[in-house]
Amino acid sequence: MENSKRFDIQNIRSQFPALHQQVYNKPLVYLDNAATTQKPQIVIDRLKTWYEMENSNIHRGVHYLSQQGTVAFESARKTVSTFLNTKFTHEIIFTKGTTDSINLLASSLGKLLVNEGDAVLVSGMEHHSNFVPWQQLCIERKANFLVVGITGTGEIDIEQYKLLLEKRPKIISIAHISNVLGIINPIEEMIRLAHNYDIPVVIDGAQSVCHQKIDVQQLDCDFFAFSGHKMYAPMGVGVLYGKEKWLNAMPPYQFGGEMVSQVSRQETTFNELPFKFEAGTPNIGAVLGLETAIQFIESVGIEQIAVHEEKLIRYALKKLQEIDRLRFIGNALKQASVISFLIGDIHPYDLGMIIDKLGIAIRTGHHCAQPVMEYFGIHGTMRVSFAMYNTFEEIDTFVAAVKKAALMLE
Amino acid sequence: MTIEQTQQQIIDEFSMFDDWMDKYNFLIEMGKDCPLIETQYKTNNYLINGCQSRVWLHASYDGKQISFSADSDAVITKGIVNLLIRVFNDHTPEEILASDTAFLDKIGLKEHLSPTRSNGLLSMVKQMKLYAQVYQLKSIQQSHD
Repeated sequence: MENSKRFDIQNIRSQFPALHQQVYNKPLVYLDNAATTQKPQIVIDRLKTWYEMENSNIHRGVHYLSQQGTVAFESARKTVSTFLNTKFTHEIIFTKGTTDSINLLASSLGKLLVNEGDAVLVSGMEHHSNFVPWQQLCIERKANFLVVGITGTGEIDIEQYKLLLEKRPKIISIAHISNVLGIINPIEEMIRLAHNYDIPVVIDGAQSVCHQKIDVQQLDCDFFAFSGHKMYAPMGVGVLYGKEKWLNAMPPYQFGGEMVSQVSRQETTFNELPFKFEAGTPNIGAVLGLETAIQFIESVGIEQIAVHEEKLIRYALKKLQEIDRLRFIGNALKQASVISFLIGDIHPYDLGMIIDKLGIAIRTGHHCAQPVMEYFGIHGTMRVSFAMYNTFEEIDTFVAAVKKAALMLE
Repeated sequence: MTIEQTQQQIIDEFSMFDDWMDKYNFLIEMGKDCPLIETQYKTNNYLINGCQSRVWLHASYDGKQISFSADSDAVITKGIVNLLIRVFNDHTPEEILASDTAFLDKIGLKEHLSPTRSNGLLSMVKQMKLYAQVYQLKSIQQSHD
């Protein structure tokens, strides 16, 4: 029984070496997980074994290591495919990360669908990586860049979204969970509404994939992008899931080795999916590390992780409310893993610097989402974000540090 | 006092603190003494844009020495800004151009001048030196007129 598995926080923490260190002679409290998570030993070991024993180039060699490497790489693709419940394994494209996945789409899907006078729709709470590529595509194609607004509580304005759908955008790209506000967007409803007009929907899953079960067939999204490094995997690897029909119709993004089938002086025919979109040698070690990270998440249980993180966020919201003049930025009912806040007139940078010296790692600033800051009329926030290994004691330490810093800065 | 003397004075002041919180408290207090930029200059023209905290800097020249005024929206940044102003204020362009900011390393604030801190301080030092360069050129030109 998946749900009866015991969530043993000490056992989990013991597997993350980076958590057991002191910074400025204080135990590290790592609450910047939305930026990147720490890595479990098993993932670090997977990378090490790849480079120590297995290193080879894949998909082309006749020799032993190359064949073993190819089998391992394709088995990782299968693991990702099962993790997301895709219909076909070849719907998984390995990329460098979410940003790379979205740039691939803006270029390739953009070429396929967006012409002069057309429109692309995103939201005002997007990370720059799901905003700027589409904006630049629209500038290049002389298309309209539509941005659906957000409400005072930080939720996507669904009524405005419905109105913008009337303009028949060619592509819609939306974050599953906001990296600034932690708000879970109603993507099921948004996808359903878009599909009434046959508009493909891209989901930026960078902040959701390690916090809740993702089933792309159930969501019925056309694309889903995420990064490995925000889900306990190595840096430099990400995934783009796309429905087969779209991936087949899309032109290649980059050209080179691996992605071709026949090359002559006059023309080139391209390889089939998924290789058509994987030009050049991939980051094989990191892909294998991603597979190990997924297996690690599954061994803990994604439902258990979600329950634990939900408890953490409720506890942190309650504790932070004790602080005078503290206000949350974005305060919706459906919130996951991220809290953004401000205290009176205190500059986030000042507070971040002080609690850093108390051993606490948080993020301050605009979090690469300046359009969100514009909505709230602010320059930045303080952001805490949780992972499976965070504890209630860490939240106590963090809140005490914030109180101390706030006193100094008043 | 020469630039080096002021820097030594600051190093001595900081040597009293063995704790980061005391250092930051001192910087916060120091920020309150910062010669404030006049409102008319607190505009984008005088803004030194860092990624996180913003700094406005203005310089004036009496034909001999430069004096600076500034402001920041972050109080610790403002404290460090005032440290730099204390060091460079009321010196000639030549003296400012000949000096360095190694003292920040000695008081443990070197990290604040690294480009990765993106707090605008590195740009601020550059801007102060740029003012010095401009005023130096101006005075050379005037002496040739």
